[in-house]
Amino acid sequence: MKAFLSRHTALSIAVLVLLAVAGGAALQSAFRGPDAEPVATGQPRLGGPFELQDRDGKAFTDKNLLGRPFALYFGYTRCPDVCPTTLMRLATWRRALGADGEKLQIVFVSVDPEIDTPASVAAYADLFRASIVGLTGTPEQVARIADAYRVIYAKVPQPSGGYNIDHSTYVYLAGSDGRFVDVISPLDTEDEATAKLRQLVSR
Amino acid sequence: MNKNLKNACALSVLAIACLAARTLEVRAAGTETLRIEAPWARETAAGQRDGGGFMTIVNDGAADQLVGASSPASSEVQIHTVQIENGVMRMRELPGGIAVPAAGRVELKPGSLHIMFIKLNQPLKAGEQVPLTLKFRVAGEKTVRLEVRSVAMPPSAMPMATKEMK
Repeated sequence: MKAFLSRHTALSIAVLVLLAVAGGAALQSAFRGPDAEPVATGQPRLGGPFELQDRDGKAFTDKNLLGRPFALYFGYTRCPDVCPTTLMRLATWRRALGADGEKLQIVFVSVDPEIDTPASVAAYADLFRASIVGLTGTPEQVARIADAYRVIYAKVPQPSGGYNIDHSTYVYLAGSDGRFVDVISPLDTEDEATAKLRQLVSR
Repeated sequence: MNKNLKNACALSVLAIACLAARTLEVRAAGTETLRIEAPWARETAAGQRDGGGFMTIVNDGAADQLVGASSPASSEVQIHTVQIENGVMRMRELPGGIAVPAAGRVELKPGSLHIMFIKLNQPLKAGEQVPLTLKFRVAGEKTVRLEVRSVAMPPSAMPMATKEMK
């Protein structure tokens, strides 16, 4: 039984890794590659309905974001620096946009619902003092929104126990109608990123 | 002996003692071939399980290796690295630690090598200090205090909200 379990675990990990690799390739081709599936809008179809939980455990859905453009980022509170750095940069860029920037909602979704609770994600988002909305949900709810944005996240067991999460580092930008518009890549320069945000808030 | 002379003597003794102590201190510091510069940690929120720490290890001596770390602030301390491949962040534990080259330096910084406080006993608050003992194969144990820094926007970037800043 034990051997079966560990084989099963190994298999699950292999599947996750394969999914992550395949997902990575899909994301890349979706945003950069010539093989991107042709869509009428010229943009990959990302986003859609979702339901997560706010700091009080109350439902927070895509409807709550309607009316203002938003920047959506996925990570987890244990993420040592890519997540906080991205959120800090978003807050700084939004500020640089002046009055227009105030329209922009910054949303952080934890893909680690086993450890992060809706309350702890909200408290984490508060640390940035930039009105960032921190959300998470049940593993199923998180899987649904991640799937909608083609976000890759995979648990990776660590040598001394526990796990870290590999995850996408794109910021997803959507208009006030909730429709996906663009991504900010971690490789974008400050000028590129702020240009995308400026365009988003001036639509 | 009059009172003034007594006082002068006492002062001289004190001065000599101070000088001697200072010399010893300087000597002791002079033999330290490995030192930690600018150690800091990121503040954490209530309920946030783990936290990250950063610093520069400066080594004037022979090649060394950071093999482990511990802190009273968390159940465990791990050594990690981070990579971004195809837009995906991957954080990995480095069970073997970090090599510190002879007469060289290693930077533990955001987006790269860092230490992780696993299962914090309480949140790391900006402005506080968190003790950390680093274990080096050659240099032995070094205890440093990491300055906990805020993740909020720097005051210069948010003049409207300076009142919120500590």
